[in-house]
Amino acid sequence: MVEDVFLEQLKRAFAIAKKDLRIYYRRGPVVIFGLIMPFFLFLAFFIGREMQIEQLFKGLLGMTVFFSCMSIGPAIVPFEARSRTLERLVSTPVSIWAIFIGDVTASFLYGILISVVPLVIGLVLGVNISHSLVLCLGVILAAFCFASFGVLLSAYPPTDVPSTVMMISNLVKFPLVFISGIFMSIHGWGRILASISPLTYFTDLVNYCTQGNSYYSVFVDFAALIGFTLIFLILAIKIHEKTLPERLS
Amino acid sequence: MESAIEVKDLTKSYGEITAVDHINFEVKNGEIFGFLGPNGAGKTTTIRILTGVIKPNSGTAAIMGYSILKEPLKAKQIISVVPEMANAYIDLTAWQNLMLIGELYGVPKRKRQERAGHLLEEFQLYKRRNHLARGFSKGMKQKLILCMAMLTEPQVLFLDEPTSGLDVESARLIRDVIRQYNRDGTTIFLSTHNMEEANKLCDRTAIINHGKIAAIDSPENLRMKSSSLKSVEVSFNKSVPVNELSKIPNVAQAKKIGDKIRLYTDEPHIVINRLIDHAHSKGLTIISLNTLAPTLEDVFIKLIKEHKVD
Repeated sequence: MVEDVFLEQLKRAFAIAKKDLRIYYRRGPVVIFGLIMPFFLFLAFFIGREMQIEQLFKGLLGMTVFFSCMSIGPAIVPFEARSRTLERLVSTPVSIWAIFIGDVTASFLYGILISVVPLVIGLVLGVNISHSLVLCLGVILAAFCFASFGVLLSAYPPTDVPSTVMMISNLVKFPLVFISGIFMSIHGWGRILASISPLTYFTDLVNYCTQGNSYYSVFVDFAALIGFTLIFLILAIKIHEKTLPERLS
Repeated sequence: MESAIEVKDLTKSYGEITAVDHINFEVKNGEIFGFLGPNGAGKTTTIRILTGVIKPNSGTAAIMGYSILKEPLKAKQIISVVPEMANAYIDLTAWQNLMLIGELYGVPKRKRQERAGHLLEEFQLYKRRNHLARGFSKGMKQKLILCMAMLTEPQVLFLDEPTSGLDVESARLIRDVIRQYNRDGTTIFLSTHNMEEANKLCDRTAIINHGKIAAIDSPENLRMKSSSLKSVEVSFNKSVPVNELSKIPNVAQAKKIGDKIRLYTDEPHIVINRLIDHAHSKGLTIISLNTLAPTLEDVFIKLIKEHKVD
C-alpha cells in the first residue's frame, strides 16, 4: 500500500519533470548560465595554452555536467511562483517531495543530454577512456548531485524573481569551479578547500578514467558524490517545504 | 456523506493581520455554495486553505471526511480548483496542459485523452488544442483552466472568482457549465463578489468580511431576513418633496431615485394604503407604484456595514 503510493508519487514526479523539460530548456537564463557562459569560460582558460587532450576533455566535461545540470533547477521555482503555476501544482495530489524530485529529474535529464556532447567530442578527438563504465556511472551520479544542488540553491531566499536566484547560484557555482581542479590540479592547502566541493570528486573520477591517476580512490569519489546528493536533496526538500508558504502568499 | 466540506474554527494570520478569523461552516454534498465578500475579506485565503495550498494557524477543514491537514493527498485527489489568477502553463499547448493535469491526478492515459477531447469540444477550444496557451485570450485561458479542473471529475470543485473580467458570453458559458456539473453531482464552492452570480447560482451563500462570517443562508432567506430593506417605489404626476413622504407613518427612510421616491419600510402594505390616502388628500395622481424586495446586494452592504460597526 505504502509502496503503491510511493510509486504513484514517483510517476507524478516524472510528469512534472516532463513539463519542466518542455518549458524551461530554452529559457534565457537557462541557456545563458547553463551553456553559453561556461562555454566561454572554458575557452578563456584553454585557448592558447598547450594542454593534453585529456586535460581539455576533463575541463569540458566537468564544466558541461556542472553548469547544465544546475541551469534548469534554480530557474523553475521562481518562474512558477511568479506565473502562479506553483500554486496549481501544490493544490494537486502530489507531495511536496515529489514536486521537487520532479524538478531535480528534469535538471538531471537535461544535464545528461547536454553532457553527451563533450563525451562525443572526447571520443572523436581520441581521448583514451580506460574506465568507460566508471565514467558513465560518474557522469550519472554527478549529474544527479548537481541537479539536486541547483534545486537547493533556489530554496532560499523564497523569491519569485528568477534573476535573483540565478545571481545567487552563480555566486556559489563559480568559486566551486575554481577550487575543484577542473582547469588545473590543486595541491597543498587548496586540497582541503577542494574537498568541500562535490565537483572535486567528479573531476577526480574523470582523471582516473582518462589519465589513470586520481587523488582519492574511486570508492571515496563515489561515496562523496552519493553523500553530497543525499544532503542536497534532503536540504532542498526541507527548505522548500519551509519557504513554500512565504512564496505562495 | 452529507457534508462535502466541514470547516471548524479556521484561522489564518499573516503577521498582525488576521485574514481568516475563527470561521465555521459546512457545505452540503451536491450544493452550490457561494462565498461572498468584498476584496480582502478572506475569500481567497479560505480557498487556499481548503485546497491545501497554505496551512491554517488553527482549526480544521475536511473535504468528504478527509482532513486537508492530516490526509492532504486523499483530500486533494477528489477536489479541483479554478484559482482567481489564470495559471495554465502558457508555454504548453491546451492539450499538454490537460494531459499534465491528468497525469498529476493519476487519470489513466486513454481516459484523460477522451475527457480532454470532450471538454475541449464543450468549451469550444478543440480547434486550438495544439496552440500554446500563451496566445489565448483571458476568456479562453479561463475556459482552459476550467477544463483542467473538470478533467479529473472532481467531487468538489472550488472556483475563485471564475467569471471575473470575462466577456458576457464566456461568463454565461462558465455559469451554464457550473450548473450542469452541479446537476451531475459535483459540489461547487464558489467564491465571488458578484451578487447577481451568487443569486443566480447558489443554493446557499456565506457572507464573509474582515475574515469573519457575517451570515449563511439561501440568497432568498438572506433577502427576506432583511425586512428593514423592503421598500415601496412611487412616482407622481407632480414633483413631491421627499421629506413630505418620509413623515408617513411606518416609513423608516425616504430616498429620491430619479423621478421616483423609494420608501423603506418593514410594512409595505400599510405604506401603500397611506400613500394612496396621501395622494388623494394632496390632489396627486400616482403614475407608478411598486413594492421591492431587497436585492442580495442590499443585504450584503447592510451586513458588511453591521459587521464594520461590530
